[in-house]
Amino acid sequence: MTDEKCKVIEHRELGSGYRFISFEAPKIVETAEPGQFVHVRVPALEPSALRRPFSIFNAEEGRLELLYKTIGRGTAALNAVKPGDVVSVLGPLGHGFPLKCDGMALLVGGGFGVAPLYFLARRLLAVGVKPCLFVGGRTKDDLLALDRFEKLGVEVHAATNDGSFGTKGLVTDPLDDELIRIKTAGEKFELFACGPDPMLKAVALRATGTKSKGWISMDRHMVCGVGACYACIQKTVRGNSRCCIEGPVFAAEDLVW
Amino acid sequence: MVNVKVNLGGLEMPTFLATASGTFGYGFEYVGAVDYSKLGAVTAKGIRVEPWPGNEIPRHAEVPGGLVNAIGLQGTGVEHFLKYTVPWYRQQVKGVPLIANIWGASVEGYAEVAAKMGDAVDAVEMNVSCPNVKAGGHTFGQDPKVLAEVVSAVRKATKLPLIVKLAPNVPSIVPYVKACEDAGADALSMINTIPAMVIDIEKRVPVLANVTGGLSGRGIHPAAVKLVHDAHKATKLPILAMGGVYEPKDAIEFFLAGATAVAVGTATFSNPGVVAEVYDGVVAYCERHGFASVSDLTGALAS
Repeated sequence: MTDEKCKVIEHRELGSGYRFISFEAPKIVETAEPGQFVHVRVPALEPSALRRPFSIFNAEEGRLELLYKTIGRGTAALNAVKPGDVVSVLGPLGHGFPLKCDGMALLVGGGFGVAPLYFLARRLLAVGVKPCLFVGGRTKDDLLALDRFEKLGVEVHAATNDGSFGTKGLVTDPLDDELIRIKTAGEKFELFACGPDPMLKAVALRATGTKSKGWISMDRHMVCGVGACYACIQKTVRGNSRCCIEGPVFAAEDLVW
Repeated sequence: MVNVKVNLGGLEMPTFLATASGTFGYGFEYVGAVDYSKLGAVTAKGIRVEPWPGNEIPRHAEVPGGLVNAIGLQGTGVEHFLKYTVPWYRQQVKGVPLIANIWGASVEGYAEVAAKMGDAVDAVEMNVSCPNVKAGGHTFGQDPKVLAEVVSAVRKATKLPLIVKLAPNVPSIVPYVKACEDAGADALSMINTIPAMVIDIEKRVPVLANVTGGLSGRGIHPAAVKLVHDAHKATKLPILAMGGVYEPKDAIEFFLAGATAVAVGTATFSNPGVVAEVYDGVVAYCERHGFASVSDLTGALAS
């Protein structure tokens, strides 16, 4: 973990309030693992403002990439950051996804929850695991970075609530079709998920219900990001666990809903 | 060279700067982000006899000038603390004294956890802003007689330097300072958070699951300086001052008001570099104003 002063390389709007930002962050990138996050001190906020946590979308060749949605005061203020600005970024933080998989690697993302799954897909491919992605959103505008996944050669199954892209319905619809196929074929699989809580619960229950491994990345409001303040609690079989250091990725069977 | 060492009621601090309980985990979490060579002590998160789960979430709300929290003192019990946490801290952090922050639901609970600490830590700080279950839930720190009783019990249970962390929400701090002095405390720390509440006006519900919490951060600093000043006038006990230290000026104000040492707290969340910035700034101030020792700053308001 280091508090790195990072120069912004690129920062652009992706549409519908989603944005992409990249930094020169050689120290963080050196040790970053998929599923970990960084804690950003947003320059346009008052100096005493809390940092904002973001999943690592990609870490490659000294470059740290994030995908985020403008939701509140912190992300709105982050919009003002320009290429060349220097931003204090604390990371990499937390426990990420395992980089191995027994059977098929099924990645499930909802909205900007797809962010850590790109880095994961890239690293899984590097160890010889070929993942496929199930991605969901309200409309086609909520499906992010599909071009990046396609460039990796990752098979993408999309679902939108309004049917504007992919299957009409929930991301669990195409996922369930695949799970039935896998079950019929007698194959094994593991689930890797990030997105809104209801989606994560649905994915976690599919893992535990089939006695398969599920790796669930939880999103909680954080304060310190390093395990010091005990604000970002997730209930687990071990009690009140800190999302920032015992997570954000938890084993599905450990989560208490 | 400015002498940065201070003595806080028998606790030899290699520097004048500490961390506040609850804002720095069990002391080792910030390794890599904080310059520990500039710390004179780390105060660990509150420990009682048994493990405690803490409150439901949300446990915090960011507000202008600070943070309202109701973590609820989640923590491992004293046995786990002594068996795993303290050895891990000693292995990870060299040369920075460890202050154990203790709490209980009864006088006996406080004494038990203090006794169990033995000499595994370098000092004990009592959080007296907890409800006294046997006395209808009033906090120990809001009745001078009850405060004297619990401090006396802990005094008998430990030979370590004993620091009492005072609650700010009292009409006058003086009777509480005197109670601690008479009961055998070696030092005071102040201030604890100020009781607070935040409401989500759209949902018309309290933001915190616990309804109320404690305000910390930048906004409480002037209130803390006033209380340190009041306490210093009333006692010779050394004071570890905390509350809204974000920059060197904040720490220097505390020293001038009467503090012997200063702690950073909530500021660490936004900027782990605050430790080095405050340390360097206080040393530079001493050089600029001709103070040979940081301890010479204590109570050095111009008359």
